[in-house]
Amino acid sequence: MAEQRARPLSPHLSIWRWGPGMTVSILHRITGGALTVAGLAVLTWWLLALAGSGDDYADFTKVATHPIGLVVLIGLTWAALQHTLSGIRHLIMDTGENFELRANKTGAIATIVVSLMLTAALWFYILGVAK
Amino acid sequence: MSLGDSSTQLGRVRGLGSAQEGGEHWIAERVSSVALLFLGTWLIASLLFLPALDHGTIREWLRTPLGAVPMALFIVTAFAHGVDGLKVAVDDYVHDAGNNFALNTLLFFLAVGGGALSLFALGKIAFGAAA
Repeated sequence: MAEQRARPLSPHLSIWRWGPGMTVSILHRITGGALTVAGLAVLTWWLLALAGSGDDYADFTKVATHPIGLVVLIGLTWAALQHTLSGIRHLIMDTGENFELRANKTGAIATIVVSLMLTAALWFYILGVAK
Repeated sequence: MSLGDSSTQLGRVRGLGSAQEGGEHWIAERVSSVALLFLGTWLIASLLFLPALDHGTIREWLRTPLGAVPMALFIVTAFAHGVDGLKVAVDDYVHDAGNNFALNTLLFFLAVGGGALSLFALGKIAFGAAA
């Protein structure tokens, strides 16, 4: 058994500057928190409304299709896609890959670009079908 | 394995691991993230391919094994991954041992409660009388 050395503690809140990598890292935390609090609350309410009567479900869809409700749902969709893409990026980095500066920066920017494009495509489709 | 030892054999040989504890937690968070990659894709694809998103159609879908079982797995995995993720944020920012323990316990209770409520709603749909 190797000797235990003192391991570094995170986070290093005083040592950073703005850049794609740290922006995506912060977005990963914010979107993860939003998905856990707001996303799981919406999931629970949706399932309870489905388990109830048609009137209960009408109450849910009334709020969900209200402009503010739509903004929340579109926001949660983007949060889920951004968190998923930056999560995949983190899984790749967990294997020790993708630490070259240029590739790492490109990957970080790509998660934001792709998550925004997928959110737009998904909601153009949903709102297009609903009409 | 003592606290702080790496959770992988290679990590132990190299003398790596957590500064305190949490190697198992780190692995569990990644396993649930991969599971959510599949279950989340399944959920979005299923909702997009349903002929309609009204009360009756969604309930009918959640009464089939291929609707109810992945949804139950999604609920359990999403709440587990959410509380695992929030614990990392709490451990990073709440350093007072008492507050840290209280907040993590509260979040754990909320996650178990919310997950149980969602599973109850799903069970009522899947095993209850058809609407």
